[in-house]
Amino acid sequence: MIDHHDTPRGLRLPRFGYAFNMTGRIGLAVILFWAVIAIIAPLITPYPPGEIVDWDYFGPVSKSYWMGTDYLGRDILSRVLMGARYTVGISLAGVTLACAGGIVFGMVAAVIGGWFDTILSRLLDAFNGIPSLLFGLVVVAAVGSSIPVLILTLAAIYLPGSYRFARALAVNVNTMDFVTVARARGEKTGYLIRAEILPNILGPVLADLGLRFVFIVLVLSGLSFLGIGVQPPHADWGGLVRENIEGLSLGAPAVIFPCIAIASLTISVNMFIDNLPKKIRDRSQ
Amino acid sequence: MITLVIVSFAVFFATEMLPGDVAEILLGQAATPEAVAGLREAMGLNEPAFSRFLGWLGGLATGDMGRSYVNDIEVVDLLGRRLGNSLRLAAVVTMICVPFALTCGIAAAMWQGSLLDRAVSILTISVISVPEFMVATLAVLIFAVWLGWLPALSYGADATSFVALIKAYAMPVITLTCVVSAQMIRMTRAAVIETINTPYVEMALLKGASRRRMVLRHALPNALGPIANAVALSLSYLVGGVIIVETVFNYPGVAKLMVDAVATRDLPLIQSCAMVFCVSYLSLITLADVIATLSNPRLRQ
Repeated sequence: MIDHHDTPRGLRLPRFGYAFNMTGRIGLAVILFWAVIAIIAPLITPYPPGEIVDWDYFGPVSKSYWMGTDYLGRDILSRVLMGARYTVGISLAGVTLACAGGIVFGMVAAVIGGWFDTILSRLLDAFNGIPSLLFGLVVVAAVGSSIPVLILTLAAIYLPGSYRFARALAVNVNTMDFVTVARARGEKTGYLIRAEILPNILGPVLADLGLRFVFIVLVLSGLSFLGIGVQPPHADWGGLVRENIEGLSLGAPAVIFPCIAIASLTISVNMFIDNLPKKIRDRSQ
Repeated sequence: MITLVIVSFAVFFATEMLPGDVAEILLGQAATPEAVAGLREAMGLNEPAFSRFLGWLGGLATGDMGRSYVNDIEVVDLLGRRLGNSLRLAAVVTMICVPFALTCGIAAAMWQGSLLDRAVSILTISVISVPEFMVATLAVLIFAVWLGWLPALSYGADATSFVALIKAYAMPVITLTCVVSAQMIRMTRAAVIETINTPYVEMALLKGASRRRMVLRHALPNALGPIANAVALSLSYLVGGVIIVETVFNYPGVAKLMVDAVATRDLPLIQSCAMVFCVSYLSLITLADVIATLSNPRLRQ
């Protein structure tokens, strides 16, 4: 794990300098927009997100409340902006853990091979056999919901998939001549993983990370929607939908805007990943 | 099979981690320590976790799932009633979804790059990238709020007449169908396109076969395996989708039972529901694997 975090500086990362097409650019722009919002949210919320500012509940869109008010009369815009922190932050932490773990285990399994590989693969495959939302439901119900628990659970759910993907790629690279040469030179496993395998699977693995981010956002929203995600008084976007679901039959904007926020984030990540240059994306095939 | 054991292991020990002593929770605040100890003894909670796990597993295999802590009814009875509801929902969705998705997927592949194909692609990717509850929310907004055709909450007890029955089912079915068929369309399209790109199909095109004939006569028979695989895989999305959908629409199925059980910390019920889901999920995935292997001799080693 340490390797993965320390080394990318030293590797030649060919991530920039690629031309994206229009759809990809729009996707990237929306992603960056939400990332910035998540960071500066407390500075730009027009009202304190926890404060009741309007006597009317499920208020309509108006000049002073751009996205209306929620079931208690709180400003939805402020709550959506703050919700970005939870949704983006937790998902990002979860996906980083899942992919870092998955990639490291995957590469180690591919390089070492043998019984280590077999046992690890079988075990993680078994965990893949648990539906993700269900796993989250059981674990979070068991341990109680807090942000670290959520992050770890989400990471645990998506680690097997990431492992499988990284291992499949690494096994291919592992059979290449330059790896055999490096091994014949007497290089250690750590070096093989860091310097020979990682740079060659990095592109597809990063694309995979993006897709997994979308899944995590979806599961997190689902958990919050079921009431076992981020706990009140805080709320991520899924939680906002849950809080205001009563307003659905009134067609309240309080339900619609958090939905739009989730959709805009996930769809734009998908758009971005789908339109990555082939060079990065298609190494897996 | 081994997978199933590992899964049940995970489910059991995850629920074992529930904070708080079950006996204490059951007896409430006023319980004397002796009463708590007695109940612990009676429930077998003092035995090591592993032997309880084996006992539970054996009970599962013989159909004895224990009693619900909260309302003291056999879990099997509770589950049996709800399972029928959930299966009916799943069956209806499957019946609508499969023909619809296959037609869309094959059509999109046949006229690849056309307006239809692009519209289908954009629609499916949008549905896939949003949470299930959002599809449900949208369905309610459109059909209940704006059009006013259907009730916003699905399951009224007075589902006696045929029309009322259809109305009660419509919303969950619409939502689940959207979610599942989006997956199915994408995978079907990919499977057919992959076959179209093979040399022998190109040969058919060069021979002068029409596009329709090329796809339906030449490509499709060979794509059947991957398509069946895709169908089974996408149906496994039902398992995740159904949890949300039953909660949103208050549909009395297994998922609703489980979410309620989580709220009341009803251990045996949570475990059994979780196992029901895991088993159905695993069997669909295994089915997909088997179909893929059967249809492609190259995968048989």
